[in-house]
Amino acid sequence: MGAEYIVEMRNINKSFYGAKVLHDVNFKVKAGEIRGLLGENGAGKSTMMRILNGIYSKDSGQIFVDGVEKHFSLPKDARDAKISFVHQEIALSGNLTIAQNMFLGLEKTKGKYFVDDASMRESAKASLESLNLNLDVDTLVGTLSVAQQQMVEIAKALMQDAKVLVLDEPTAALSEKEVRFLFRQMRRLKEKNVAVIFISHRLNEIQEITDSLTVLRDGRIIADGVPTQGLGSEEIIAMMVGRNVTQFYGSEKPHGTDEVVFEVKDLTNPVLDHISFQLRKGEILGFGGLVGAKRTELMSAIFGLDEIDSGELFLDGKKIVNKNPKQAIQNGFGLVSEDRKRNGLILVHSIARNLTLNVTSSFIHGIHYDKAKEKSIVDEYGNKLSIKMTGMEQLCQYLSGGNQQKVVIAKWLASNPKVLIMDEPTRGVDVGAKSEIYQLMSKLTSEGISIIMVSSELPELINISSRIAVMHEGKLSKIFEEEELARYGTDDLQKEIMFYATGERE
Amino acid sequence: MGRKNNKIKNLFNGVGGAFIALIVMVVVLCVFTNTFATRLNLVNLLKQITCNCLLSFGLTCCLITGFPDLSVGSHVALATVEVCMYQNLGLSLEVSVLLTLIVGIIIGATNGFIFSRTEMPAYIVTLAMQNVLRGIAYVLTNGGAVIVENDVDRKFFNLANATILNWIPYSTLVLLVAFLIINTLLRRTVFGRHMYAVGGNSSTAIYSGIDVKNIRMIVFTISGFLASIAGVLTASRVYSGQPTTGVGFEGEAIASAVLGGVSFTGGVGTLSGSLIGILIMGVMSNGMNLLQINYYWQLVVKGIIILVAVYMDQVKRSKTK
Repeated sequence: MGAEYIVEMRNINKSFYGAKVLHDVNFKVKAGEIRGLLGENGAGKSTMMRILNGIYSKDSGQIFVDGVEKHFSLPKDARDAKISFVHQEIALSGNLTIAQNMFLGLEKTKGKYFVDDASMRESAKASLESLNLNLDVDTLVGTLSVAQQQMVEIAKALMQDAKVLVLDEPTAALSEKEVRFLFRQMRRLKEKNVAVIFISHRLNEIQEITDSLTVLRDGRIIADGVPTQGLGSEEIIAMMVGRNVTQFYGSEKPHGTDEVVFEVKDLTNPVLDHISFQLRKGEILGFGGLVGAKRTELMSAIFGLDEIDSGELFLDGKKIVNKNPKQAIQNGFGLVSEDRKRNGLILVHSIARNLTLNVTSSFIHGIHYDKAKEKSIVDEYGNKLSIKMTGMEQLCQYLSGGNQQKVVIAKWLASNPKVLIMDEPTRGVDVGAKSEIYQLMSKLTSEGISIIMVSSELPELINISSRIAVMHEGKLSKIFEEEELARYGTDDLQKEIMFYATGERE
Repeated sequence: MGRKNNKIKNLFNGVGGAFIALIVMVVVLCVFTNTFATRLNLVNLLKQITCNCLLSFGLTCCLITGFPDLSVGSHVALATVEVCMYQNLGLSLEVSVLLTLIVGIIIGATNGFIFSRTEMPAYIVTLAMQNVLRGIAYVLTNGGAVIVENDVDRKFFNLANATILNWIPYSTLVLLVAFLIINTLLRRTVFGRHMYAVGGNSSTAIYSGIDVKNIRMIVFTISGFLASIAGVLTASRVYSGQPTTGVGFEGEAIASAVLGGVSFTGGVGTLSGSLIGILIMGVMSNGMNLLQINYYWQLVVKGIIILVAVYMDQVKRSKTK
């Protein structure tokens, strides 16, 4: 004890294959501090944290823990120095119990070979209790919710009496309510004098929970330990991207015309409860709500992926049926799914293959394969969305998240939709690409495409949508019209939306 | 010229290593045996690879679409029995062959129907079918071979054994036609694109409005059809219906495809690649016979070569990342 900083990284340098990823990085955190770590994808956040965790070795520089210099060559070394790491993807085995998971690889033994279950259950229980988690240590992890699993991960990390806890995008898969719970736990840890390093792409979360910020850009520290209080989103974004992003969300919200393009009347199935709404030409209709509000399910039903028990769809005033995705596409719908790796892309295929998947029959007739036409389609949309690629034959698995998302959007644009449904269009996308996607959406509406956007990020929902629909447990609880939106300030609007999303108002 | 070179390069894209291995094997055999590069042996080689070649073409389609068909070995056995028995019932050769192929299509479609509608894993469905087909072949013959009693003008025998100008077996023409059709299907048609898409990520394919069930069903049907052709030609070559033949053929067919760069996880591969894999397997068996290597040891060598080839392919893939 006694050192001013619990962790200090001094002049850390790191290169991969000759490319320098970290330049003289200096990073200091005090005990009992919640530190936000920010930067675009590829800025070097993960590399830096992996060095701190002993997964990567540094080329040069020093690491001090509580004032003592440490040399980490394995994750175990970091663990022994009381630094714990919760990775972005949950690394638990669903078929094992909570206690078994918490001691995976660290099993306590009786004698040399025999597992000491009783003592492990005891310790696991104590660890859960310290987080005020009311869970039975014999529960199978597979039966827990994502948030609960995350808590088990954190309990596991804290079990070794950690002084520093690194959380890498812990909120990516959590609902708003679960995020609240996580934040409460983080504050509790702060009281216990644990330093928490919090990595997130969501600015509102960073602003809410962190005491101070570290911003990385292109492998360099732009700011370290700046107090979060008083910093606006614009300032933070400007630090991250190194340019002034006054127009982060696009110049102006699209307004749309009075013409109704698409109408849903009384749509019902086992998870959807009599949903009706109208979509106007050239607008972005945002869908807000908590995770589990069945927004994705509504989009699946509209797109013909899920069955409909009753209700009608009208396109340009005419009744239509979307029995399956094929029919939906023919009717002029597109669906950018929330999970691009699972439903949006074929990762082992090239950009060209992915981008033209919906329009293959426009350049292949029978056995006549018009390669030039295929290329012109890829060029057109590649340019329109400024997809960064080494060539059209590059495989999608080697693209960054932002570029992958652009390929998915391009694929749907190529099929020339009237109604484009975008489910969490900027999930897992870095700030720069996010802004590009917003601008693209705005441009598309000006070209006459109507967009339905599902978003769990309130700032995005508020700043992008022409109108906002809010869902709660399969019901549409409110539609905010443009005039209403204009009336509220941002904070009030967030509160209003949350009222309807949580079902407190209907 | 440049364009043509490019085309050739594309044809062998990603299977350069396998291609070089094939050349090396051929050169070694030419040097160390004086029987390899003879007309008799090469004709024999072409006849030997016919069955595996057809099965492997089918398996290439299946693997690209994302699943294996393990029933093809037994299917060959049943087809050899069928084509002989139909003739012994007094049907003409043409009708017998036609019937066998129709049954082949039905078997393939049945595999496809069960797989695509129940979504049971394909290897379970086809493993079960493997037993069913083998069982039927035994039931029909009581376990013994079926000899064709009245082969008019040796027409049946000639199917797989006659050659054009003493060099090219007629059965090789079947391979050529099958190659051209399937290669065109894979490279130049919307259906082929959709096969790759289904194998690459079936969920994405569903979101893109592709009828995944239908495609799986048709691809299984293709595999069944090719297996029945393989059975007819095998029956002609050994000049009998053999319910015990075809054991492990599916393994060899899958190995040939994978040697030629077809991915086991779906969505990746070419028919020309598979062809190289087929030739490697064929030349290897042929060569080891010529070098008089014990058959039991041949199996060991084949197994090891498959492991090494797939491993090298994996190393290459992880390097490009």
